[in-house]
Amino acid sequence: MTFMKIVIALIILWPLAGFLFNGLGRNYWSKKVIAYKATGYIVCSFIASIFAFIQIQNHGAVSVHYFDFINTATVKIPFDFKVDALSSLFLLVITGVGSLIHLYSTAYMKEETAPHYARYFAYLNLFIFSMLLLVLGDNYVIMFIGWEGVGLCSYLLIGYWFTNGAYNYAAKKAFIMNRIGDLGFLLAIFWLIVKLGTVNYSEVLTAESLAKLSSADITGITLLLFVGAMGKSAQIPLFTWLPDAMAGPTPVSALIHAATMVTAGIYMITRSNILFSHSEITQNVIAIIGISTALLAATIAIKQNDIKKVLAYSTVSQLGYMFLGLGVGAYSGAVFHVITHAFFKALLFLGAGSVIHAMHHEQDIRKMGGLKSRLPITHITFLIGCIAIAGVPPFSGFFSKDEILAAAFEKNKIYWVLGLVGAAMTAFYMFRLYATTFLGKFRGTNDQESHLHESPMAMTLPLIILAILSAIGGVIGIPHSLGGHHWLTGQLSSIVAEPKEAMLSVSTEWILMLVSVAIAVIALLIALARYSKHTDEEPTTTLGKFFYHKWYIDELYQKAIVAPLDQFALFLKEFIEKKVIDGAVNGTGKLVQFSARKVRLIQNGQVGYYILFMVFGIVTLFLIWFNDYSILQFINKLTQK
Amino acid sequence: MLISFLLLPILTAILLLFIKDKKTATTTAIVGAMATLLLAVVATTTKVEAFDIAWLPSLHSRFVLQVDGLAKILILLTAISFPAILIATAKNEYKQQNKFLSLLLFTQAGLMGVFLAGDALLFYFFWELALIPVYFLCSIWGGDKRIAITFKFFIYTFLGSLFMLVGILYLNAHTADHSFSIQSFLHANLTGHQQVTAFALFFIAFAIKMPIFPLHTWQPDVYEQSPTAVTMVMSAVMVKMGLYGILRWLLPLFPIAFMAHTNVVVILSVFGILYASFIAIRQDDIKRLIAYSSIAHIGLMNAAIFSNTSIAIQGALLQLFSHGINVIGLWIVADVIEQQTGTRSMQQMGGLAKKQPILAILLVGFAFANIALPLTNAFVGEFLMFTGLFQFNPWIAAFAGVSVILAAIYTLNMVQKVAYGEISEKINTMHAPNKGAQAVLIILLIIVFVTGVYPQPLFTLTADTLQQLLVK
Repeated sequence: MTFMKIVIALIILWPLAGFLFNGLGRNYWSKKVIAYKATGYIVCSFIASIFAFIQIQNHGAVSVHYFDFINTATVKIPFDFKVDALSSLFLLVITGVGSLIHLYSTAYMKEETAPHYARYFAYLNLFIFSMLLLVLGDNYVIMFIGWEGVGLCSYLLIGYWFTNGAYNYAAKKAFIMNRIGDLGFLLAIFWLIVKLGTVNYSEVLTAESLAKLSSADITGITLLLFVGAMGKSAQIPLFTWLPDAMAGPTPVSALIHAATMVTAGIYMITRSNILFSHSEITQNVIAIIGISTALLAATIAIKQNDIKKVLAYSTVSQLGYMFLGLGVGAYSGAVFHVITHAFFKALLFLGAGSVIHAMHHEQDIRKMGGLKSRLPITHITFLIGCIAIAGVPPFSGFFSKDEILAAAFEKNKIYWVLGLVGAAMTAFYMFRLYATTFLGKFRGTNDQESHLHESPMAMTLPLIILAILSAIGGVIGIPHSLGGHHWLTGQLSSIVAEPKEAMLSVSTEWILMLVSVAIAVIALLIALARYSKHTDEEPTTTLGKFFYHKWYIDELYQKAIVAPLDQFALFLKEFIEKKVIDGAVNGTGKLVQFSARKVRLIQNGQVGYYILFMVFGIVTLFLIWFNDYSILQFINKLTQK
Repeated sequence: MLISFLLLPILTAILLLFIKDKKTATTTAIVGAMATLLLAVVATTTKVEAFDIAWLPSLHSRFVLQVDGLAKILILLTAISFPAILIATAKNEYKQQNKFLSLLLFTQAGLMGVFLAGDALLFYFFWELALIPVYFLCSIWGGDKRIAITFKFFIYTFLGSLFMLVGILYLNAHTADHSFSIQSFLHANLTGHQQVTAFALFFIAFAIKMPIFPLHTWQPDVYEQSPTAVTMVMSAVMVKMGLYGILRWLLPLFPIAFMAHTNVVVILSVFGILYASFIAIRQDDIKRLIAYSSIAHIGLMNAAIFSNTSIAIQGALLQLFSHGINVIGLWIVADVIEQQTGTRSMQQMGGLAKKQPILAILLVGFAFANIALPLTNAFVGEFLMFTGLFQFNPWIAAFAGVSVILAAIYTLNMVQKVAYGEISEKINTMHAPNKGAQAVLIILLIIVFVTGVYPQPLFTLTADTLQQLLVK
């Protein structure tokens, strides 16, 4: 037990040590030292996570207590960590993918000067620390600490190139939109404390606690938790920050804005699945928002020409799928998709980074083309990522997406149909991206062409590892209908109260799979045929423009929310504050001054008023002292109202 | 021992009047303030006897000083604030430096007295002793508009004090022994109506001091126009006089009236929080931005206390301390920038992170403490206060919660305008902040994180007060 206490502490303290080392020593270390330390700490964390994972496989979940964060007469919040089936999986993904991305970054960020290089890695380490806090915490408050911590790191890393105003704006937007969600999360925590007096999972997520909560309580709490998830996991209406977050360095997009942080909402809901399963309303809301987000983002992704923007909208869309899964009760399916998505989306982002690196910071795919032969490793790994996300068997994305779709089919056929439409769009926009970037002829400048090069080993190695994982990652959840045992569902059976293995017959499952695979393949072939030779021109149709301009949602928010609030603030500042309130105060002052002059009690400035008020006070005093009533009754009447 | 909290600052203040040399004066003031800090550390960690001697026998008023958790946490804040402020602004030059510092230390003595007094008349005496030097500090050493501003400040707060004095005398007339001791006051026999009257008289004084919307308009002007050292004293410590007054006097003395007014005051406070936050969003002057942000934070503490839930009051007790630390940090950064560039307009700033990275990092640190990011000190306090407010009324808590978002907006706006972007003309003239200011900022930031990760000692310190308040 004490041994596990140390192991778990090490998992989380190594990244913190890395943050302090590089953060405080940013002016002292060489880039080599910085890179070794930062990456090394995360690898250590990864090794310890594997160890913890094996331990709990053999000996079951562990909770460890460190100290009391808050311990007062009325509320107690311990600083406890828990490693169980769910958190151990997330540990592996975070530290594993995290290690690869750190390694990748050592080469990708080479152009930075040492102090900034150190700053970058310090932020990245701090992010891993916060993310681990989020998944390791044994209560909602510790989760919230990590939750806001990752938001902070996301803010710092999006605005990493801080002299650029647009990037700062994107960083700020991300933080504020996340805070809107965070308020929902906070209110849910307050609700739990007030009703149950505790936030510990072991006490909240029990039948006894559920009995203490009315159905309105459960719906309220779960909806508020979901608002938190909307912010962090970029769901309608709080998704517009994520595409803008692409302002950050590409490895950051891969780690934070694809593989880990944005899946925190799925982690939170899966962790609380007992609560969510008890609210039909919340489940429907989640499913509807999930599928709507998946479709909305997919339509936008089809029309984008910035390689990172396509991937960003794709991430939003895939997150939508995960929420659809949660909404229809396929918790393990959603977690499965989190894991496979972490592999293939990290791979795709890192691949995009490799392309951008080779193209000297060009991100417009219309100016690329024909990179297939020049960047062979990047090309083949990127292609694997595209096949995986498109849902072509036996690549990983097929299994996880299929599980969600099967559960959706069981719950409501409309979800399934819409899910298929989304799947078709996914295959289409991914292969549009692939074909435009890697096939056809090179369309960049001669200068770019002469410098085209495959990325160094530190960048290609993570690509290769992630490509392998994207290809075979599905093995952890091969369904029974395909002769597997679905290891993952078994793993999570202790967390997910009602493991929702689709109750469909094997033949129905086979038909569903065939339909979805057929649709995906047709869509990707159309995309290949269409974009191998040509690029997309500026959209001309109304619908095309609408998608290209992201449904004008940013503009809508600006006009309908931001601008009016800004005007309202100005109105308060310039009119209410200056004219009304301060005007009334000054008016009273002037009135006193005026009457003072009239009465000619005194004429000389400050001292005069002092005496005036003194006299005024003494008179009041005597009135009250000698006559409890008269004035008093008057004051009483006033104050009672 | 408690009397030393008054004697040390007063003696140092008197000594300062005879020291003409600026450097020696500054050093003397710092040494005096450090000695007080040492004393405070000892006093908060040990058991301290009350100090009680005859004072004004004809009025039945005694010179009683006593401490409990509530007093200790504010004594500690006062004791930390003054050396921090004096060291951080040590390089600022004032005409008649010794008198400036002397008045500051008189204020410290007044503040200590306010937090220690166990006799209402004595409390009133220190209340004024803390305020009067500040009037002089603002009106002599303030900015261009100081005369008009100080005048408004003076009238406003003086009027408030006067109401309180009337309240004190009123209560005195209702005690059995006609004394001013807090014990007698606690046992004063007041009917519900009489409680409401006395409550109103005290509340006006406290509400102006904090200040609560709509009695707040004196504050941003005064903060803007005062020398920053004075602004720091006012916003870090003096505003706590109002909150302290509520916890020490209002809540225990007039429980019936207090309970009758929770709704009104909480709603007014929450309205004030949002109002001040919205206005903060549109400020360009960095000092005014911090001022409005501070009004919002104080409003939350007031709402928490009036929610009358133990969780919220616990949070408020913690926040009394944390808010002081954070706001001093912000002021120091603002002051360093203003002293070096001569501007408070954020439009003219930008690029601090590139020009003076350490100062920018410190600014970002305090900015995130200001928006109560977890693991900073403010998170613990705000978390508990909001939980209590939620217990009081979920809808009010949700409305108040919007300030969490607004705070992120105005604080990040500030960070963006000051720290990020290309180096502006003004910022380009900056050199490294002096070692003193930098050291103070680092120490304060350490306090921010230590009390944010492990706030338990502060809970333990204030546990007895919470018990007493709950018994009522």
